[in-house]
Amino acid sequence: MSRAGYCPTTPEEERQMLDAIGVTSIDDLFRPIAPGLRAKSFDLPDGMSEFEMLRTFQELAAKNAQHLVTFVGGGYYDHLIPTVVDHLTGRAEFYTAYTPYQPECAQGTLQALFEYQTAICRLTGLDVANASLYDGGTALAEAALMALRVTGRRRLVIDGAVNPFHREIVRTYLANLDVELLEIPPKLGLEDDARLRAAIDGSVAAVLVQNPNFFGSVSDFRRLADEIHAAGGLLVVSTYPVSLGLVATPGEMGADIAVGDGQSLGNPLSFGGPSFGLIASRKEFIRNLPGRIIGETVDRHGERGFVLTLQAREQHIKRHKATSNICSNQSLCALRGLIFLSSLGRQGFAELARLNYDKAEYAKQALGRLSGVEVMNGGATFNEFTVCLPKDAAEVVAGLLRKGVAAGVPLGSYYPDMGHCLVVTVTEKRTREEIDTFVRQLEGALCN
Amino acid sequence: MQLIYEQSIPGRPGVSLPASDVPPAAGLSAELRRAEAAVLPEVSELDLVRHFTLLSRRNFSVDTNFYPLGSCTMKYNAKAIEEAARAFVPYHPMVALLPHGASYCQGSLALAYELGRTLTEITGMDEVTTQPLAGAHGEMTGIMMVAAYHRAKGNKKRYVVVPDSSHGTNPASAAMVGYEIITVPTAAYGDMDLERFREVMTDEVAAVMMTCPNTLGLFNPHIREICDLAHDHDALVYYDGANLNAILGKVRPGDVGFDVIHVNLHKTFGTPHGGGGPGSGPVGVKKELIPFLPGPRIVRNDDGSYALESALPESIGRTAGFFGNFGVMAKAYAYMVMLGRAGLIQVSEQAVLSANYVMSRLKDLYELPYETSCMHECVFSAVRQAKNGVHAIDIAKFLIDRGFHPPTVYFPLIVKEAIMIEPTETESKETLDAFIAVMREAAELAERDPAAFATLPQSMPVSRLDETKAAREQNVCFGSW
Repeated sequence: MSRAGYCPTTPEEERQMLDAIGVTSIDDLFRPIAPGLRAKSFDLPDGMSEFEMLRTFQELAAKNAQHLVTFVGGGYYDHLIPTVVDHLTGRAEFYTAYTPYQPECAQGTLQALFEYQTAICRLTGLDVANASLYDGGTALAEAALMALRVTGRRRLVIDGAVNPFHREIVRTYLANLDVELLEIPPKLGLEDDARLRAAIDGSVAAVLVQNPNFFGSVSDFRRLADEIHAAGGLLVVSTYPVSLGLVATPGEMGADIAVGDGQSLGNPLSFGGPSFGLIASRKEFIRNLPGRIIGETVDRHGERGFVLTLQAREQHIKRHKATSNICSNQSLCALRGLIFLSSLGRQGFAELARLNYDKAEYAKQALGRLSGVEVMNGGATFNEFTVCLPKDAAEVVAGLLRKGVAAGVPLGSYYPDMGHCLVVTVTEKRTREEIDTFVRQLEGALCN
Repeated sequence: MQLIYEQSIPGRPGVSLPASDVPPAAGLSAELRRAEAAVLPEVSELDLVRHFTLLSRRNFSVDTNFYPLGSCTMKYNAKAIEEAARAFVPYHPMVALLPHGASYCQGSLALAYELGRTLTEITGMDEVTTQPLAGAHGEMTGIMMVAAYHRAKGNKKRYVVVPDSSHGTNPASAAMVGYEIITVPTAAYGDMDLERFREVMTDEVAAVMMTCPNTLGLFNPHIREICDLAHDHDALVYYDGANLNAILGKVRPGDVGFDVIHVNLHKTFGTPHGGGGPGSGPVGVKKELIPFLPGPRIVRNDDGSYALESALPESIGRTAGFFGNFGVMAKAYAYMVMLGRAGLIQVSEQAVLSANYVMSRLKDLYELPYETSCMHECVFSAVRQAKNGVHAIDIAKFLIDRGFHPPTVYFPLIVKEAIMIEPTETESKETLDAFIAVMREAAELAERDPAAFATLPQSMPVSRLDETKAAREQNVCFGSW
C-alpha cells in the first residue's frame, strides 16, 4: 500500500510540518525514547489492499460450518432483526461518535440513550436504568457488587439455575473480595424456590436468580422477594429481554435490580459479541448504579436537552472510589436495542414473545412424545426447555451436528449429574418444518 | 425535538412479523404473565427512520467533524473493515462450546487466534486473551491475573501504585479487584516522581500501572528503571494501552519490562466508537501469567486447526460471556491486515507528527504545562485565558460553533484548565491548519472580548445545558409506565 494506512499527508506537507516544529525528520520526534527502549521486533506481514483483505476474510468465514439449523441458546439467541435496525445504527453520526462528553454536539446519542433507558425501565418494570453495561454476565456481576454496596453486607446467594457462564463471571469478579457466595444447586423439575428461601438470613445482601432460568423454566419469585426484603436484602433478577413481552416483569415480581443480556434485542449473534448488558433498579438505588446515566434537563433558553448525569459516581471523577471501573460501554448495541423495540412497537414486541413461546411449546410437546424422552421442567417455560434423553446428550449433539443441526446445549459440562439432559431453544426464526425435521432427526439419533 | 414515545399513536402497527405456523399454545398462568404489554413506541417505519435520522444529525462524529478528543484516538474508521466483519455475523458462539463444536467454527476461532498472535508481536508479550470487552474491562482482567499470580506464589500484597496522571479507570479497576491504591504525584518534568515512587515501592505492592506515553503525551525516560524496581519487589508492571497509537513499531511494552498490557482495539486499531462503545480490550501477558488467563482459551493444534481449551485449573475464570466483542475484533484484525507492518509504523509516525505540529503552532498562545516534545497528543492549559474568565470549557464551546469537536478538557486532572489534543494520523494538514486557526482565534477573542464566550455555543440544537438541574431532578426515564 502506498502512503500506507489512510495517512493523507504528502511528503511536501510532511516537510512543512517538520519545519514548523523545528526538527529535520520524524525520527527526531522519537528521540525522547532511548535506543535501549526501542522495539526488538515488529515482524508482521506486508499490508494488503482492501480487495485482497476482503477476499481473505471471506475465505476465513467460509471455514465456519454454513447453514447450521440452530436450537442452541445458552444466553445468545437467533432472532429476527428488522432491516431498519442496521440502517439506522449504521448512520455515521451515531457510529463514529464517542462518549457524549460535550452535550451540545451529542444530543443525538444522548437523547437516543435516554429513550433507551426509558425502554429498559418499561421492559423490566423498574424505575431507573443506565445507558448499558458490557453484557449479561458482567451486568449480573455488577448487580452483585451493587447489592453489596447498598446493603453493606458481605454474603450473596445465587441460584444454580442461573446461566453457568454468568455464575462463573460473578465468581471471577468476587474472587479477590472478602465476600461469600453461596450457590444453591438446582433440582430440575422442582422449580420451587424453597431452597433459596431457606438460605436467607439477616446477613445476605442479595439473592441472585434468573427468569426464565438456564433450563428455560419461568418462575414466580414474589414470595422469595418478600422474604429477602423482610431480611433486609435485595432480589436481583437476571432476565431474558424477549421474554418480557409476555412474562411478568422483574418489577412485578418484587426485584430491586434487574439485569440481562441485550443481544436478543436487535444484535446479531456475531460469535458472541458485541451485545450489551442492561441494568435497571428501584429509584432509591440510583447513586449506586454503575456506568453512565443520561438525564433530562434544559438549556439556557429553557429548551429540553440531555446530559451525562450523576457523573460523581464514575471513575473519571471518583477514581478508586467509583461505583464501577466501567468507562466505554456498549452504546451502539443499546441503540440497536432501542430501534429494535421501537420498530416492533408495543404490540409487535408482545407478538414476538408470543411467537417464541408458541414455537417452543410446539417443539416441547413434539419432543416429549418421543419414546424415552422426558421434558424435565416442572412448570412453565419460555422459548427453551430441558429434555432428558435415554442417551448421553453430548454424544447425541455431536452426532446431529454432523447432520447440520445444533440440537441444543447438553448439560453434562455444567451439571455433572445431568449428562443426559439437553436444553433446546426455539425462537421465532425456526419454522414448523425445521422443528418437525429436528424432531425426526433426534428420534433417529436415539434409535441408533 | 420530540421523544420517540411522544410520537406514539396507540394501535399504529410496527414492523410485521411472520405469521405463526404452529398452533397457539396454552398460555402462561396469570401470575407468570406481565399485567400489561410494555409501553413501547407505536410509530410507522417511516416515522421511525425520520426520528433516528434527525437525531443522528444532532451529533458530531469522526465522519462529519474533526474530533481531536485526547486519549480517545478518534481516527478515521475505514469502511472496508465493516464489510470484512459482516462475513462473521451469522455464527452462534455456543456452537463452539458444544462437543466437537470447535470444528464447526474454524474460521471464527482462527480469526480470534490470529488477532491474538498479531497483538503479541505488536506488544512484545507472550500470550493474549481477547475476552475483555473494553479497556477498563481489560485492566480489571489484567489485575485479576496479577492477584492470581501473587496468590499462587503465596505473596501477601495490598497495594497497587498509580501515577496521579493516570486514567481514572486504572485505580478504579484495581479497587474492583480489592487492592488499596497508592497515588504517586507527577514531578516537574511531567512524569511520575521517581523519588516518591521509590519511597512507596515496598514488598506489599502487587502492581504498578503505567500509561506510556502518559496522559500528558510524554514518554517516560525512566520506564525501564520503574519496571526493574517493581520487579525487585516482585510487583508486576501493568501497561495501559490507551496510548499505544504513539509507539507502534517503535516500542514494545513487553521488551521494556511490562508484564501485562491491555489494548484498546477501538482506539489504536481504528474500529468505530459507536457513541461510547462497543470497544474491545484484549489483554497480553508475559509467560509467568499465562496459567491465569481467562478461559476458555483459543489454541492452535499441531495440525493447524483451532480448538478451545477449558481445563485451566489456575485460570481466573471467565470475565465475559464468550470470546470477546468478536465483531469489533474482526474489524481491528481487518485493519491490521490491510495496514501491515509498514502501515502500522506509519500510523505512529504520522500521529506523532500531527500532534507536535499542532503543539508547535499553538504554544505561543496557550500555556504548555510541560515544555518538551510530545508523542501522539499534547496537553495545553487555558490558565492564561482563565485569568480573563475564559475557561477550557468556554474554548470547547467556541470550537463547537466552528464545527470542531472539542479536545478532551479538564483531563488529566493534574493540569489546571487542561486541553488535551489528539489529532491522529488520519487528518490532513488543511484540517489541522483550520483547527489551529480557530484555536488561535479563540485565544485572541479571550483577550479582546472574554464576555463573548458566555453565550456559546449558538449554532447547536441546544445551548449550554443545566447539569445541576439534571443531577438534582434525576429524570432518567420518560413519563410513567
